[in-house]
Amino acid sequence: MARAATTADAFNAVAEPRRRQILDVLAGGERPVNDLVALLGLAQPQVSKHLRVLREVGVVDVREDGRQRLYRVNGYALKPIHDWVQGYERLWSERFDQLDVVLEELKDEEGESDGE
Amino acid sequence: MVSSGTATVTLPTDEQILITREFDAPKHLVWEAWTNPELVKRWWHAKRGEVTLVEIDLRVGGAWRYVMVTPDGLEVGFHGEYREIVPNERLVSTEVYEGFPDGEALNTLTLTEVDGRTALEVLVQHSSKEHRDGHINSGMEPGMQDAMDLLEEVAVSLR
Repeated sequence: MARAATTADAFNAVAEPRRRQILDVLAGGERPVNDLVALLGLAQPQVSKHLRVLREVGVVDVREDGRQRLYRVNGYALKPIHDWVQGYERLWSERFDQLDVVLEELKDEEGESDGE
Repeated sequence: MVSSGTATVTLPTDEQILITREFDAPKHLVWEAWTNPELVKRWWHAKRGEVTLVEIDLRVGGAWRYVMVTPDGLEVGFHGEYREIVPNERLVSTEVYEGFPDGEALNTLTLTEVDGRTALEVLVQHSSKEHRDGHINSGMEPGMQDAMDLLEEVAVSLR
């Protein structure tokens, strides 16, 4: 049951630091597994295991290219995560829009008292 | 009305949230709007409810508490204590989201004025990644795991 939860969705799949590193590398362009092994200094079975998890939730796609398989990030699958932070950003944006209104009033008041 | 742009939220480390925004006003006015309870009541709600309580005891060791009630009657409270006060420039305070009382954050507000405009920065420092995620997640489904180191690198392509 706990095992199912770790791979249930993009959030859980990318909660693992190594998997985030893999995505960071793939964000720069598609790569074969050997590149990931070299760049991250991990053993190939470990990288393959992480890639499997990332593929299961759709965050990483793979395609055959001759004799090698190339992995790449599927940005669309990461959108829920993006939206999650966006929600927080929206909260503060709306707060600050209200703050703009308050500041305009304070500026007006200050301008009036300066003029007297 | 002048709108100066949207807030930018980044996650510099696993334990931090950084909120930045520029305002078309000098910093002493931003400070005033940030620390005067009657003024805080007017912007802090973010159009998501009514701010029913703002208490600000603006001295080192002094307490603050904000309460908002959402349209469906949910009461959301935050409180903390002031740690460092440099008027018009810097305010360091603790913050506890009362829906998640185990996670205390340390917030640092920094105001920098250039040509009558003010760059505002709020750095939220949590004691752990779990607490930070609870913070971003406040009001959303609990238990979501983190992913945020990705944001700048990967999700930026979605903008």
